Amino acid sequence: MKKSKISFTALLSILFVAALAIIYIDFTQATREFVTNSDSVTNLNTPLGQASVVDNISDPNILQVAMSSKDHTTLVTAIQAAQIEHVLVNAGPLTVFAPTNEAFDFLPKGTIENLLEPENKQELTTILTQHAAPGTFDIEKLRKEAAKKRKIYMATGSYLEITTKGEHVFVNGCKVIASIPTVNGIINVIDKVIIL
Amino acid sequence: MIDFKNTIKDIKDFIYIWFGELIFVAGLILLLFFFLSCEETSNQGALKSDIAEKVYVPPGEHDEFYALISGGFSGQLSVYGLPSGRLFKVIPVFSQDPEKAYGYNEETKPMLNTSYGFVPWGDAHHPDISQTNGELDGRWVFINENNTPRVARIDLTTFETVEIIELPNSAGNHSSPYVTDNTEYVVAGTRFGVPVPQRDMPIDEYKGNFKGALSFIKVDQETGGMNLEFQIMMPGFDYDKAHPGRGKSHGWMFFTTYNVEESNTLLEVNASQRDKDFIAAVNWKKAEEYIKSGKYTTMSTKYAHNVYDEHTQSATSTMKKEVKILDPKECPGLVYFIPMPKSPHGCDVDPSGEYIVGSGKLSANVTVHSFSKMIKAISEKKFDGEAYGIPIINFEDALAGVVKQPGLGPLHTEFDNKGNGYTTFFISSEVVKWKLGTWEILDRKPTYYSVGHLMIPGGNSQSPFGKYLLALNKITKDRYLPTGPEVCHSAQLYDISGSKMELLLDFPTIGEPHYAAGIPASLIKEKSKKIYKLEENHHPYVTRSPKDAKVVRNGNEVHVYMTMIRSHFAPDNIEGVKEGDKVYFHVTNLEQDYDVPHGVAMIGANTSELLIMPGQTETFIWDANQEGVWPFYCTDFCSALHQEMQGYVRVSPKSSNIKLNWSLDGE
Repeated sequence: MKKSKISFTALLSILFVAALAIIYIDFTQATREFVTNSDSVTNLNTPLGQASVVDNISDPNILQVAMSSKDHTTLVTAIQAAQIEHVLVNAGPLTVFAPTNEAFDFLPKGTIENLLEPENKQELTTILTQHAAPGTFDIEKLRKEAAKKRKIYMATGSYLEITTKGEHVFVNGCKVIASIPTVNGIINVIDKVIIL
Repeated sequence: MIDFKNTIKDIKDFIYIWFGELIFVAGLILLLFFFLSCEETSNQGALKSDIAEKVYVPPGEHDEFYALISGGFSGQLSVYGLPSGRLFKVIPVFSQDPEKAYGYNEETKPMLNTSYGFVPWGDAHHPDISQTNGELDGRWVFINENNTPRVARIDLTTFETVEIIELPNSAGNHSSPYVTDNTEYVVAGTRFGVPVPQRDMPIDEYKGNFKGALSFIKVDQETGGMNLEFQIMMPGFDYDKAHPGRGKSHGWMFFTTYNVEESNTLLEVNASQRDKDFIAAVNWKKAEEYIKSGKYTTMSTKYAHNVYDEHTQSATSTMKKEVKILDPKECPGLVYFIPMPKSPHGCDVDPSGEYIVGSGKLSANVTVHSFSKMIKAISEKKFDGEAYGIPIINFEDALAGVVKQPGLGPLHTEFDNKGNGYTTFFISSEVVKWKLGTWEILDRKPTYYSVGHLMIPGGNSQSPFGKYLLALNKITKDRYLPTGPEVCHSAQLYDISGSKMELLLDFPTIGEPHYAAGIPASLIKEKSKKIYKLEENHHPYVTRSPKDAKVVRNGNEVHVYMTMIRSHFAPDNIEGVKEGDKVYFHVTNLEQDYDVPHGVAMIGANTSELLIMPGQTETFIWDANQEGVWPFYCTDFCSALHQEMQGYVRVSPKSSNIKLNWSLDGE
């Protein structure tokens, strides 16, 4: 009889201690969760970097202009998949050759879908970077570069050849349709994807 | 059947055992707490972890308050964040700044003009933020200059000095600027008695002959523009600090005075002979009536008024010639004196406007007067004589109470929003919290060391934000890593949200943190300007496009109309400059992108660099003294091609026939 009573009281005590322990663990976990949460808040911003800056006063930058163009939705999708938004808002200055949606259609079927797969992110980034040059080259300047027989150094380390045919300007055979000045560089709209 | 005895025994046993277990468990818990508290104690050190958290602002997040901290003898105002103590910007006000070209470039040189000529240094003392209805509104911050009497206005959208007005008939502009409830006026009371007008006379004829001018500067509510409306010509006491009436006492301005002895030598002894000095209570609404009714004299004088025009992006300096003077003897009801013990320094009015706190530097107590008792005493004419025709109110008839034996060397008081005053004590190095009305001391905390002013955001307004208190210390000694004989000053942050003050942080400051003004960041940060719009730039030498860049000769002056945009100057090569030419570089930053300034510097220029914000034009002069080809370059790391941003000026002999020409990329 006594034994069972002791175990009964022991049980009560164990329950009490267990309850305390649970409260304690709960508390520490809550603290940890708090820390983890604040970490993840910081992390959220990291891939975007400067692209997360809210600024409605400055003139639009390369990324903002590209995102507002209905002819460049494929390009913007690719930029987002490659997570290089922050590059296009950087002080630069940059010249971006921006293939239109139609330009991407000239690529073999399935190419772009394939590049958008997460495992091909590096390849996609390389292809996009091939479309960017340090410096500001609008169509007038490109014409001048062609006349002076200067090549444009691309962000990947390769060089882009500029040619003219009458009034038209071509970069590696892609026709420059228009030049759009932005606050951190130039967007040259082109009719094909540059393949180097 | 029920075995009654056994049952009782069982219950007894149960209770004993259970009780025993309870004690055992309680013991365990106590032990646990003991270990936990031991751990906490061993981790405590100088900074408990919860204190560190209170000042920690995570990377990328913003501080809750701006603190605009005076640089004292460095002549500038610096912008910090609270609670982190991080420094964001140094605003040159009364000092030249080679980093920003303030006082060096042609646009801002006129800001430092005075009736004494160009004065490139000043002693900046008390920043005070503009108010509406007795609450901080964050439009402008005013700050006084002590040495060559001036008051400056800084725009809180650009954080730049936009106006400086000089005060005539003044010397040692210390009781200044102190903004009234609706920023109607900022004031400027003279610390040194001086002959008015200035003249050659024996110093020992000071008494009765020297004067102390109290200047009232009216502020235009649209533009913020300052105008010296009138001066009240007071006896030659030393006017030390001032505080506008708040709420019920709105319309009055209170000044502390010392040296009512009017001594002119060894003031540390001779200015402490009398038991009491005065608070001068000035009814400025009455002054406005006297001005309106023409009861003033117009005195000819000379003082500079310097205004920076945001459209021309240039400052102009105008020399003013006249000031209206009110004589208190001739203007009954304009000024009253209230006795205040022993050389009072701080003069502080509580948020309700009822209490006027005087801190007698040499007094054992802090004396508080009552505004409503003062008004009653005036209406009942309870005067104790007069001084120079100004009635002296009976000390007892204005007295509200005394904070007894609070510390040694009281200087300044600010207030929280819970009816408490906080007074600093220089000699005993501490901040003391006391209760308004009961005058009881609630808490005291040491400062490191010898605190001067203190600042609670909004703590001199009707609506203080009683969360933090910043103590501004005069002496640092061993608080930081030593840097030779000269060490930095410090500011110390206390949490005052609880019943006891808690020291959170101390951080170094630039120059002397003489006084500070704090404001919730939310009140101004959204209004902070990002860029100057190019189309709004009406600088006389603006160049809006690289195509308009040019170089123009005018005698031996050469004017370069230059643009800068990532990552080149236009033009970048200039030829045809002759030895002995004065070359003006008027440089426009064409960027319209936030935080893309460009700098420019020229080899051998006898001035500073220019640091030009987007949409802005600035000018520096370069003397072409030597033949040769001389480079200039961008000084601000603006872009990936920053190192490529450069150009040359070719200087030829006077006899040379090379025509002035300029180019970019050979065109």
